[in-house]
Parts: sequence; structure tokens; C-alpha cells
Amino acid sequence: MSARDDIFANIRRSLGVKGSETIRQQIVTDRLERSPKGVIPKRGQVSGEERIALFKTMVETSLATVTEVASAAEVPQSIALFLRNHNLPASLRMGDDPRLKSMPWSDTTLEIAHGPSEGRDLNAVSHAFGGIAESGTLAMVSSADNPSTLNFLPDNHIIVVSAKDIASDYESVWNRVRFAYGKGSMPRTVNWITGPSRSGDIEQTLLLGAHGPRRLHVIVVRE
Amino acid sequence: MTVHSTSPQFKQNAARALNDVQLQKALGNVKQGFIDKRQMAADKLPEFEALRDSARDIKNHTLEHLDLYLESYEEKVKASGGHVHFARDAAEARDIILNICRETNARTVTKGKSMISEEIEINHHLEANGITPVETDLGEYIIQLRNELPSHIIAPAVHLNATQVEEDFRRVHTHLDAKRDLSEPVQLLTEARAVLRERFLAADVGITGANFLVAETGTSIIVTNEGNGDLTQILPKTHIVLASIEKLVPTLEDVSQLLRVLARSATGQELSVYTTFSTGPRRSTDADGPENYHVVILDNGRSSMLGTAFEEMLRCIRCGACMNHCPVYHAVGGHAYGWVYPGPMGAVLTPSLIGVDKAGHLPNASTFCGRCESVCPVRIPLPKLMRHWREREFERHLTPATVRSGLQLWGFFAKRPTLYRFATRAAMGALGFAGRQRGRFSWLPMAKGWTKYRDFPAPQGETFQQRWKRERKGARA
Repeated sequence: MSARDDIFANIRRSLGVKGSETIRQQIVTDRLERSPKGVIPKRGQVSGEERIALFKTMVETSLATVTEVASAAEVPQSIALFLRNHNLPASLRMGDDPRLKSMPWSDTTLEIAHGPSEGRDLNAVSHAFGGIAESGTLAMVSSADNPSTLNFLPDNHIIVVSAKDIASDYESVWNRVRFAYGKGSMPRTVNWITGPSRSGDIEQTLLLGAHGPRRLHVIVVRE
Repeated sequence: MTVHSTSPQFKQNAARALNDVQLQKALGNVKQGFIDKRQMAADKLPEFEALRDSARDIKNHTLEHLDLYLESYEEKVKASGGHVHFARDAAEARDIILNICRETNARTVTKGKSMISEEIEINHHLEANGITPVETDLGEYIIQLRNELPSHIIAPAVHLNATQVEEDFRRVHTHLDAKRDLSEPVQLLTEARAVLRERFLAADVGITGANFLVAETGTSIIVTNEGNGDLTQILPKTHIVLASIEKLVPTLEDVSQLLRVLARSATGQELSVYTTFSTGPRRSTDADGPENYHVVILDNGRSSMLGTAFEEMLRCIRCGACMNHCPVYHAVGGHAYGWVYPGPMGAVLTPSLIGVDKAGHLPNASTFCGRCESVCPVRIPLPKLMRHWREREFERHLTPATVRSGLQLWGFFAKRPTLYRFATRAAMGALGFAGRQRGRFSWLPMAKGWTKYRDFPAPQGETFQQRWKRERKGARA
């Protein structure tokens, strides 16, 4: 018997089932189809300005920084200012996201590179799929538009998120993922990012910048 | 399978740990940090207790239907272009992983933190076959340099102090300036970051564990604070996920419930910094990510725990809260437990996986104070399960003769209430009389194990039952 068959047989023997019971199969199919929500904390269940305010507060709680701009056209200037304020070089890597590409980068002196990171970039910008107010989390999906390496390799990561994409809770983001990719399908990687990289492994002292970005900066675009 | 375990020597391990100055200093960090942080995170979320119930119910439901969710998961992984391998035991899992590494001509393998990889001792196996495994979680990297096992499931190097880490880095990173300053923890972190960055970029295969597997989508999930698990899986050509059968959950909604209790229980964070959902290899339109995606699903004795009293242990989501709150763990640290899983969860799980004959001391290393159960995010009745192991150990005559005869003597009296009351009254009366001056004893016959380290408080001359009776009467009058 193959290892697979052996393991399934042992699970079924222990549970006292055959695996062919219609009722059990229905219960499982039903749960996978309906994907019922559990307990949703009230904290995030706010809308409009209140939700954006909660999101920003929670982003700061996660030790990231956050700023707001009125429109996408203001993003390049905002990033240039952030880099200048932290004495960082005026270089920036990004993917092919059309929302980022169409921004007026020539208004700034930033040197822009495109495509995934090979590990030597100091600064990168990505566009989030969405934000989650409950915990100040950014939801990123992998693609050529926003390569996953940009989320982890640069020292300073800037994430742009549209105010309209900031949801109350994780469940709302999953609904959008299902709408975009189909029920039961996922992009290769979904990254939830809540703050900059850190480690407490040496004497339980919190230190930022373990393997991922030392700084995480979030820009909310109001539109 | 040969398991390299010192669990049978728990008593000697514990005695050594109690006299280890460095260890005792480091363990102070556990007592201080974790408990307060968890409590604050729980207090900030009014729904925390309800979420714990929800987490428990999701795991119970999944375990009851594990065969079917596992089938659904497997189908989804395949549909997304990944491969699923099943391993009955550690040896099979090691061979599967080695074969995948050989197929890709791998020379170095980076590793995200995975307790199951410790369970199957994959690092030794890879090394023996000419492949270099590199642990990338900072704590795991440190203990790999020291050739040690993790002493905590989420803080593997919690038993060490910064000066010890400095010594290890100086010993191993010989290509760096010998005069460099490493007196601050942040300098150690920066050095590890630079050294490991090169290893990430050079690795041929990345191995990660999985905190959860999602049946709905065929997704594996890891949570990290460092981002090492992500660099481990997106940079090499091949990503291998190593997971055990009980990591399954039905849907993305279900895993969101569990994630709400995991980080809060572990480190007191709202959420870990990086929660990563991986499904299959990179897509044709992706700019990066692994070309091959393999999942190795390990049983190693778990399927036999289903349908028994120990099924509840399979709910465990490895947050570490039980050991963070355990007075025995605080006193002796994780290595004393002698194998991969320490603390209360290890005391229950280890006998299931390597046998009660080898690990019988572990469920005995508990005061039954109940703190572990009170903080467990999936409400595993850890003291009850430890008690089950003690019963089995007794039934199988594995308990030492002195303990057995002591328990039998106590059992004789306990089953005869009149005799029990008479004997305890006589003993308490005599002890109360003898100790009425000092209020404590520094020596008692047959209690040397206690009085060697601390005084025994003298009873007040009355038994609990007598007092209970008296106060009830008083209350009624």
C-alpha cells in the first residue's frame, strides 16, 4: 500500500469512518462552498472616515509610518519627500503596476528601475491589493505588476493603497480575492504585511529589520 | 526509527538546568515578556474568548472530517500545479525531500522555521548527503551554529544570552574583521542579516513549514516576523513545504479565525508581521517566485491519535503560550524536556510520538496549576491529557517501585473514608502539635526531597475536612 493510502486508511480507521458516508461528504462540501464567517471583531466594523482613521492608527501601532495624499498624482512627490527626510538615495524600484506607472514620476528626480529585485535595492514601491483596518495590514498579491521580491528584499518598502480598497476585516479581502481569481483559486502568493520586519530572538529584545525591510511606509491615496 | 532524545533523562536534565547560570538568566526573559504581552493583546480584543471557542470548534470539525479535507486539499494543490507527497514517518519524509533536492541538483537549501523539520531531523540527513542546509530564522540560525535543538517552539534561542551569540558569531563568521564591535544585540542582528542575505540569494531549494493548510484553495500558510520564511520560498527555484496532517483547516475564513488568536497568544501582536499564503508554483505572468512547489505531508503517529483522548492535542497551533506560562518550563527551560517539543504541549505530544516508555517523565513534570490550559488558544485540556499519560504509565508498570507503592498506600486509605479521616486527623494533629513553636519543619521523615530545598509549613492541627465541616456549621447557624 502506498504511504498515501496507508495514511488515509489509518485516519479513517481511527475516526471509525469509511470516507464514503454521504452526510460527511455533504457537510464538507457545504462548508467549502459556503465558507461561513466566524466571530468578526467589532473593532473594524466602521466605515468611511472612521475606517481610514482606524487603519492609519493600526498601521502606526505596527511600527510602520503612514501618510495620506489627495490623488495618485501626488504619490511621486510624497515618496521623494519621504526618501529625502530619511537621507535615503533618490532611487526606487517598482513592478509593472499600471496605477504606479501612470504616476508623474518625471515631476521628481527619482531614478526609477522596473521589475523584480535581485537583492541590492535600497528602496521599492508596491501597490497593495487592499488594506485591513482591523489590524493595519496590507494585502499584497503576487504578479508582474507587484513582484513579491519587492515586499522583502529592499531596506525601505513603500506601499501605496487606495482608500477605497481599505476593508474592515480579512474576510472582506478574501471576498475580493475570490471575485478577482475565482472561488477556490488563489494567486501564487498573498502577503499580509503588518509593519516592518523584526526579530525578538536575541534576549527577547525587539529589533527592527531582521531579513525584510527595516522601514515600511504606507501612502493612502484618497482620490 | 531511531529518535535522538534525552527525554528518558529528564530528571538529570532538569537538575543540570537548575544549576546553569546562563540558562537561568536567559529564562528570566520568558517570565517577564511573554505573559504581559499576551494579556494586553487579549484585553484589547473583547471578542478574544469567543475567538478561542471558534478556533477550538474549527479544529475539532476539521479533525472529525480530516480524510475528506485532506483529499480536497490535495486536489487543489495539484490543480494549481503543485505536488503533494505523503510520508508515513520521518524516514519517508527525509527521503522525499532528499530526492526533490537531488532532482534539482541542489547544493544549498535555505530553511524557514519548522518544528516538523526538527522532528524528522532533516538537517543531518541533508548534510550526510552533501547538501548544506541553512537555517534562516535568527534564533534557528544561532542554534544551528551551536548544533543544538530549539528550546522553545517560537523562540528557539530563548535559552541564550547575547554574549553567547557574540561568541558564536566570532567563531563562525571568520571572514569578518575580528575587531568589529558586537556588544549590542542590533549589531548581531545586522551581521546575521548580511551573512544570511547571501545565502538566500544562492540557495537552490527553500524549505518552509506550514502553520496551516487550506482545503478550499490548496494553500499553505506561514507566519513570521523576520521575513525569512518569505525569502526562503520566493528566491530559490523550488519551494518545499513540510507539514503534518493536522495543519488542515477548511477555508480562508476559518484560517482567519485562527490567525486572530495565534499571534496574540504567542507574542501579543495583533498579527505577525508577515502572514504568507502560498498556492502552487509561480504563474506564467509572475515576475518572481519558485518554479516548483512541493508539499510533504507527514503523519508520524498522528493519525493514530485521532479517535483517542489525545485527539485534542492535534488542535495545537504551536503558539507557545503554554510553555510561556508554565512554572516548570520557567525553571528548567526547553532542553530539559529532551526532544523537539518542550513545555506542557511537549509533555503531552512527545509520549504520543516517541512513546510513553521514553517520555513518561514529561507528563510528570507538572504542578497541575492549570495555567497552560487557561491560556491555550484552542482550549486543549493539557493537565487532563498529562494525567492520562500518568495513568497509562502506571498501568504499564513504567512508574518506579517507590512511587507505585506510595500511590498504592495512598489509594488504600483514600478508598476507606473513615480510616482516611482518622489517619489524617492523627497526622495533622501530631504535626500541628510538634510544629506549634516554629510554624515550620526543616526536617521531616520521608520528606527529604522537599525539606532539602525548603521548609515544610506546619499544619494548624486541623484537617481540611474538619475545617470545612466547622465552617459550614457556622455558616448555617
